[in-house]
Amino acid sequence: MNGYGGKILRIDLSVKKSATVPLPEDLAKDYLGARGVAARLLYDEIEPGIDPLGDKNKIIIASGPLSGVLVPASGKVTFASKSPATGGYGDSNMGGMVAAEMKYAGYDVIILEGTAAEPSLVIIDDDKIEFASAAKYWGKGAMIAEKMLKEDLGDDFQIVTIGPAGEKLVKFACVSHDFGRQAGRTGIGAVLGAKRVKAIAIRGSGSIPLADPDKVIAKGKEMYDACFTNPAAKEWQDYGTAGVTPWVNEIGSFPTKNFWTTYFEKHQALTGQVMRESIVVTDKACFGCPAPCGKYSHAQSDKYDVFVEGPEYETTALIGGNCEMPTIEDVAYGNYLCDELGLDTISGGGVVAFALECFEKGIIKKEEVDGRELKFGDIDSFKYLVEKIAAREGIGDLLAEGVRTAAARLGGGSERFAIHIKGLEWSGYEARYAPAMMLAYMTCDVGAHHNRAWAITHDVAVGREEIAGKAPKVIELQHIRPMFDMLGACRLLWVEIGFPLHHYPEILRVITGYDYSLEDLLKISEKVWNITRAFTIREYGRFDRKYDYPPARFYEEPIPTGPSKGHYIDMDGINALLDEYYELRGWDNNGIPTTAKLRELGLDFLIPDMEAARGK
Amino acid sequence: MKIGLNEALCSGCRVCQLVCSLGHFKENNPKKAALKITGQFPAPGRFQIAVCNQCGSCAEVCPVGAIEKSNGVYKIDSDKCIGCHACVEACPLGVMFVHKDEKAPIKCDLCGECIRYCPRGAIFDADQAKEQEVSRG
Repeated sequence: MNGYGGKILRIDLSVKKSATVPLPEDLAKDYLGARGVAARLLYDEIEPGIDPLGDKNKIIIASGPLSGVLVPASGKVTFASKSPATGGYGDSNMGGMVAAEMKYAGYDVIILEGTAAEPSLVIIDDDKIEFASAAKYWGKGAMIAEKMLKEDLGDDFQIVTIGPAGEKLVKFACVSHDFGRQAGRTGIGAVLGAKRVKAIAIRGSGSIPLADPDKVIAKGKEMYDACFTNPAAKEWQDYGTAGVTPWVNEIGSFPTKNFWTTYFEKHQALTGQVMRESIVVTDKACFGCPAPCGKYSHAQSDKYDVFVEGPEYETTALIGGNCEMPTIEDVAYGNYLCDELGLDTISGGGVVAFALECFEKGIIKKEEVDGRELKFGDIDSFKYLVEKIAAREGIGDLLAEGVRTAAARLGGGSERFAIHIKGLEWSGYEARYAPAMMLAYMTCDVGAHHNRAWAITHDVAVGREEIAGKAPKVIELQHIRPMFDMLGACRLLWVEIGFPLHHYPEILRVITGYDYSLEDLLKISEKVWNITRAFTIREYGRFDRKYDYPPARFYEEPIPTGPSKGHYIDMDGINALLDEYYELRGWDNNGIPTTAKLRELGLDFLIPDMEAARGK
Repeated sequence: MKIGLNEALCSGCRVCQLVCSLGHFKENNPKKAALKITGQFPAPGRFQIAVCNQCGSCAEVCPVGAIEKSNGVYKIDSDKCIGCHACVEACPLGVMFVHKDEKAPIKCDLCGECIRYCPRGAIFDADQAKEQEVSRG
């Protein structure tokens, strides 16, 4: 199959057995790869109602048809599973080198099933699959373990690991790779931990068959040349995602003090420019990327001396603004702690900030935190909490469940400021004065995550007062951005340097021979959007629109300070956003896809489950 | 043409390896490239680039004369090569690459594709850089 490794590798950890089957051509044609294929397989293979951290959950690791080929930034791999954070559909993708490597080994998809009897390594060396004890690596930090494994197995293995937080089943544990890339969201690190898989090592020596090799070379080079001459590329490479920090403050959307406000007075200390001048050592790319946003840093103070990839904007937002860290070095150190412990920095920053506010309000008491005085802006408080969380010790055991569960147990009005949707902590764009972005968060298929539809630029472009008319752009973005995730490419060249979309169906055509237009690809993206929605609806059973609501802070408390002072979207506004969105999507009043819509998309297999959910 | 390296600029993207393997084998396969990128992580957080400097040690040890110099570049005649890997052992930079599908080691023939497509200028034409320096005075 041109453009594909050609095989699905299915690994049963319980019996240490593996089997390969050919990647079905229909699956590739209908869902392209990566996120698309993973979503369909997950829907088909996960028994409804299972425990995400139990034996029956699966992890689907999937590359795309562009992975490993001469295409700019073709390094994205998807990890999908039933999410322990939300209980619904979960996926998270990351860059690095592993998507390409698994394809060189011949695998488009790797499915992990069952549970290993002891901490284990899975070693995939082309056709040879081995299981080994991970006793030596268990308990080690994610990057330390990766370094050890590279030394033990060989530097040309690509390594996926979890940190101690994954081993301890922290609900926002991440999957780590390439010394600083993470599939951070939805807690898939905990699913690996529950399966007792410390690491997966992959090495591949093969090539990827191409429909038209000469045209792939020509088109691939054309795409690289277009990136090289792009005028926006330089600034993007200099500062990466951190370049956006001043702008998000200027528009008053920067998560600050557990989303209490949206402007951080000290944000000038955390900008990409400051970061570049003070801590960045090396620009670090994912596979095939001509404009690397990865910044590898060396952060030092009298308390620490660490190397870390980052901080990314999201980390700066959630550890920097949301926990009010005063220096970029402290943010980088917080980032380092999360990376080694194997915690998602977004949820990690969100949970710590939630705990700090609980402490300020007396909901978490001094005696529950070893007599400490916990404070915003204090790296020692941050370190204390993330280490407690990763070890599931004391208050950390409760916080390890995420803010939704922690607030439900702590009470005291903390639900109001438990900033999440569907159990996934909010990422780096506060949306009380950004209705399109608010809608994007509410309807994101994995919970409160920005990357499916970064609609905040649309808010700023068309005006942020108006509620009506925001849904079409959100839907458009929810189809474009996840399209990249199906292809196995990074969307950021398109987002950040305006790299044109027309390249993608063109390169896909010469790689695979599939003659899809951009509209065709976006239609597939819409199909996948309905499948992931249906997965969550099937899991939640009695679904209604309340699951799409933001926390009360966002619809009841006006922003107290900064450029967006006074703004918020009340419950009428929240419902108006959803009404418009559901109607345009062909979903009913509770947000469940209608039978007519599913028929139109050729997703008839979802109809019985959705009709059952509608009847509940 | 002479390959120059500025490793501090290397971001580890592997585009050099892709264009190399595509140029020589029409395959997307970094393991079939005539150069190698190694990351030094977590510390000091840099990349190393290993690539041939055309020193000729390989030609000296080849028992069948399969490696010959022409226009300043040592090239392997893969028909003549017997796959003994004496050159691999002798290479002081470790840049005679062995792949299980190829009898002959994979060696840089100075085609310049890596220079052309390195997004960062980490691999460059040292001769050209020198000329530019001279012309700038």
